[in-house]
Amino acid sequence: MLGKLTWDAIPLEQPIPMIASGVVALTILAILGWVVIKGHLPYLWREWITSVDHKRIGVMYTLLAMVMLLRGFADAIMMRMQQSVAFHSQGFLPPEHYDQIFSAHGTIMIFFVAMPFMIGLMNFVVPLQLGVRDVAFPTLNSVGFWLTATGALLVNISLVIGEFARNGWLPYPPLSELAYSPGVGVDYYLWSLEISGAGTLVAGINLVTTVLKVRTKGMNYLRMPMFCWTTLATNLLIVAAFPILTATFAMLLLDRYLGFHFFTNEAGGNVMMFVNLIWAWGHPEVYILVLPAFGIFSEVISTFSGKPLFGYRSMVAATMAICILSFMVWLHHFFTMGAGADVNAIFGIATMIIAVPTGVKVFNWLFTMYGGRVRFQTPLLWSIGFMVTFIIGGMTGVLLAVPPADFVLHNSLFLVAHFHNVIIGGVLFGAFAGYTYWFPKAFGFKLHEGLGRAAFWCWLIGFYVAFMPLYVLGLLGMTRRMQHYDVPEWRPWLIVAACGATLIMCGIGLQIAQLVVSIRRREQLRDQTGDPWNGRSLEWATASPPPAFNFAVLPHVTDADAYWESKQRRFDEEPQYRDIEIPRNSATGFVCAFFATIMGFALIWHIWWMVAAGAIGAFATFVVFAWRDHDEDVIPTEEVARIVRRHWAQRHALLSREAAE
Amino acid sequence: MSTIALTESHHGATVTREWSGPASKRIVTGYGFWIFILSDMIMFSAFFATYAVLLGQTAGGPTGHDLFDLRNVAIETAFLLASSFTCGMASIAADTRNTTSFQLAMVVTCAFGLGFLVLEGQEFASLVLRGAGPTRSAFLSAFFTLVGCHGLHVSAGILWLLTMMAQVFTKGFRPDIQRRILCFALFWHALDIIWIAVFTVVYLLGSAK
Repeated sequence: MLGKLTWDAIPLEQPIPMIASGVVALTILAILGWVVIKGHLPYLWREWITSVDHKRIGVMYTLLAMVMLLRGFADAIMMRMQQSVAFHSQGFLPPEHYDQIFSAHGTIMIFFVAMPFMIGLMNFVVPLQLGVRDVAFPTLNSVGFWLTATGALLVNISLVIGEFARNGWLPYPPLSELAYSPGVGVDYYLWSLEISGAGTLVAGINLVTTVLKVRTKGMNYLRMPMFCWTTLATNLLIVAAFPILTATFAMLLLDRYLGFHFFTNEAGGNVMMFVNLIWAWGHPEVYILVLPAFGIFSEVISTFSGKPLFGYRSMVAATMAICILSFMVWLHHFFTMGAGADVNAIFGIATMIIAVPTGVKVFNWLFTMYGGRVRFQTPLLWSIGFMVTFIIGGMTGVLLAVPPADFVLHNSLFLVAHFHNVIIGGVLFGAFAGYTYWFPKAFGFKLHEGLGRAAFWCWLIGFYVAFMPLYVLGLLGMTRRMQHYDVPEWRPWLIVAACGATLIMCGIGLQIAQLVVSIRRREQLRDQTGDPWNGRSLEWATASPPPAFNFAVLPHVTDADAYWESKQRRFDEEPQYRDIEIPRNSATGFVCAFFATIMGFALIWHIWWMVAAGAIGAFATFVVFAWRDHDEDVIPTEEVARIVRRHWAQRHALLSREAAE
Repeated sequence: MSTIALTESHHGATVTREWSGPASKRIVTGYGFWIFILSDMIMFSAFFATYAVLLGQTAGGPTGHDLFDLRNVAIETAFLLASSFTCGMASIAADTRNTTSFQLAMVVTCAFGLGFLVLEGQEFASLVLRGAGPTRSAFLSAFFTLVGCHGLHVSAGILWLLTMMAQVFTKGFRPDIQRRILCFALFWHALDIIWIAVFTVVYLLGSAK
């Protein structure tokens, strides 16, 4: 009846996961209870859960990423604490639990923090920057988000029911095959990523189509803001890389469920084929993460320097060059496979070549700041912190691209330090810069500046204290993923790294405080103009938060930096408003993800009747959606005019008050 | 309609092109679906690459030369190509809003598709009965996955086809239904293209020697 699922699946004898999940469950119940008692449920259902508005979906993606960041960070600090005490001892985490923690940490941070953070920001910003009312496929957008949330939910369910994978964030066979990992951990990993991967593919198709086909009049390719370019490159990579991930995981699932022999040791299976396939996805994936961050830094640096982006066309060329080159370097993740000196040399050189367009970008950002009126506010601080940190990470990357050096350093903490150097310093700092920069656009008030700066400094210093020792440890020969060790030289460095993680924890605490304080003081922090940073692109041309239709009349773009250029002219006459059709809300995404969750859970536990029920439910959901008669709601002309005039009245009042002062 | 307006200066020397605004829903939908098809083809290419790598890994078991029956595959191919033709007829009928021809063409398409699936199912069943199932060797794992993945796509296509017939029956040729028919036709034709690759790489090359 319930497949492999029994009461033994709940780890009652292990205190850490039980207490952690108990606290999380109580928090969720408390929030749900509060929502229901206060009567917010209809509002949440109507305005958020069933929303197909790209702005709302973008905010929900970002929120999911932030919540999962807390989970991923809890894993991280447990690992740092374990390694700082596990000298000649077992520490406080038994090996099978420690192995699940490092696997969950990597999986969550890449798939459920970095990915949704970036997709959320792209979703929110890109249609506004392109001067249009929505993405190409609004309902599919909602489906994509909820499927991502399904994946995140399944990973977290594994904390309470069953176990998670113990073989790292990428399930290398043969360890991940049924013979060596008979539990449900790998199945949790595979199914949650198959489901969320489908969601990511949907988001990728949606955003590629949006950038290529849904731009306002006059928004030629070479007038698009840099963030739109990096969004295009990123989503092209998603469309080209994620199907490989889906196929590879499908093969591993067939091995595990039906006894196929793709990656087994027997009957001709080929283990290194998995490693090749997974990195054919995995290397583009790192550029999927970092390219949007490059776009965010381009926007932020240009705005806070009061100058157009230096070398815009070279930046476009560099972005697209990275997009293509990222598919030609995957073998550098396993130089030690034994492909031979020639193959390794080719991939080593290809890897070093990627540093060239990246270098072009760094110089462009520096020259954008040069001679500008630079305002050192929080988003720019993250950007400068990024430039310094990312250059260090990039250089250790070039070092690792030298095959002989890689033979010495591979699988060591040097590698761990390198990729945290580029992912925290590049992706996460970019996400935080974008979060601070676009927060007033999303909610109509700025984030508290002082707390934002404090959080930045904690993160920056914490990062260096936590990860520079890992470079040293790698050179001292410490391999990654060690549950305990007995080399006395390593210990001081691991204690320093744990202190760094604690500093980062302070940074996260300050960010939470910043959010709470900003919400409480939202009236003082209110943005009445819609343009709090003196911005240059079209998202700042509309109110904060923007109305459901974004723009009452689609802007006609005549130049790059569209809004900056139009700000130099006067707004005299009011345009002719018309009725606006906006896509109707739909529960399709949420209901479909509900069935996907049931199906994923049932597949993990081999409950076959429930798999069938989930599949039928998901198909029925789409049929119901396809049969509906009205796809659009109409906002009448008078309502459009009222909303726009209120915004302009506020703005004029504020501007004349400032002029009077 | 979305086009790029071309404005030429009097001397004909400089050409400025201005993007004319968001494309129509039909173009956006079709374009997005093309991107999906490209991603699907990348998934297939991963299975093709795997098949190529594992081709010789028969673990002492049968090779393609021992197993493949080209006559059966030729009939399968004929069924699929014929179904693509009738699917094209259905698209024309949808464009002219001719319900009877549309439903008729779709029924014939469906019949060809089902015929293909029956033949493929028979082939798979006979292989398993002869002890050449997917668990026999890495080569057979790759074979069953690649060909079976195409078969699963055809099955999903038939489910979609029946849904579209029901939709046209109940709702008629609404613009959104027309767009779905466009996407369905793209999907069905794309499966033919993939089958041509399967036919060549798996069956023709595999039964040689």
